[in-house]
Amino acid sequence: MSDTGLPLWEVFIRGRRGLSHVHAGSLHAADEAMALRNARDVYTRRSEGVSIWVVRSQDISASSPDEKDPFFAPAADKVYRHPTFYDLPEEVRQM
Amino acid sequence: MLSQRLSEWASRAPEIEEDIALTNIALDLLGQARALLDYAAVVEGGTRDEDDLAYLRTEREFRNVHLVEQENGDFAHTIARQLFFSTYQLFLYEELISSTDELLAGVAAKAVKEAAYHHDHAALWTVRLGDGTDDSRRRMQAAVDRLWPFTAELFDADDVETGLAAQGIAVDPATLRPRWVRAISDTFTTATLVIPPTVWTSHGGRRGVHTECFGYLLAEMQYLHRLHPGASW
Repeated sequence: MSDTGLPLWEVFIRGRRGLSHVHAGSLHAADEAMALRNARDVYTRRSEGVSIWVVRSQDISASSPDEKDPFFAPAADKVYRHPTFYDLPEEVRQM
Repeated sequence: MLSQRLSEWASRAPEIEEDIALTNIALDLLGQARALLDYAAVVEGGTRDEDDLAYLRTEREFRNVHLVEQENGDFAHTIARQLFFSTYQLFLYEELISSTDELLAGVAAKAVKEAAYHHDHAALWTVRLGDGTDDSRRRMQAAVDRLWPFTAELFDADDVETGLAAQGIAVDPATLRPRWVRAISDTFTTATLVIPPTVWTSHGGRRGVHTECFGYLLAEMQYLHRLHPGASW
């Protein structure tokens, strides 16, 4: 089918046992109400989710792959910034 | 029967998301049909099961309303038909939850959530198509005009139904009509569509008398089963 000009939306789903919304994919829809319905139909067919977020793709700003080094490399050297010297109790192991 | 009709949209819908939405609705309806046909076979008490009822009954033994057998037409026609039928189903199942028959109440409790979603889907589309471009409004109004004569039959009841309703088992469809008209009117107002004047109405489905579309629909649905009786996948 030819491009009808419907905007693209990114879909984030939080699963039943999840703590945060995870990117599930993208779809075309006329507006946010239809995007939520379509996301429910396309991405939660097998009970994957309890909560859906949709965002217009154009509203998402992403870090550029070219800037990976300036953005992320220095932090790896600075051990004093990493909170790895604490003993985490079992209950918050996922932190 | 509506599930069968909706399945014709698979791979033909305007957008892939809509393809999945319509076929999901078809699957929901099929689930409801299976539960009800299965129960019908039990109540009948004979040797027929749900498959026999679905695939071996002849045209005159099917009692669905004419609205569901109408051709899909363009997307506007399908949405108009969905709006009319899913609104009716929503109110029907809401009432049927209080049926004195346990199984019907159970089917209704599950189906009402599906019907709520189907109604939501159809209403959202009706508003967007009606209050959309001139072209979409023209098509949507044409669809409404064409399908309106088939809506009266939704509220027909024969003696069997009114008898069961008196016992608290079934719902008298006529009681759903005022709520249905109000819901449709509200949606149409937002969608800038008008309810057409009632010039003629179609009836007879519940007596087994169907429109000309039905024969083709039934043939396609049943021919494989009849071609290989007793086969399993």
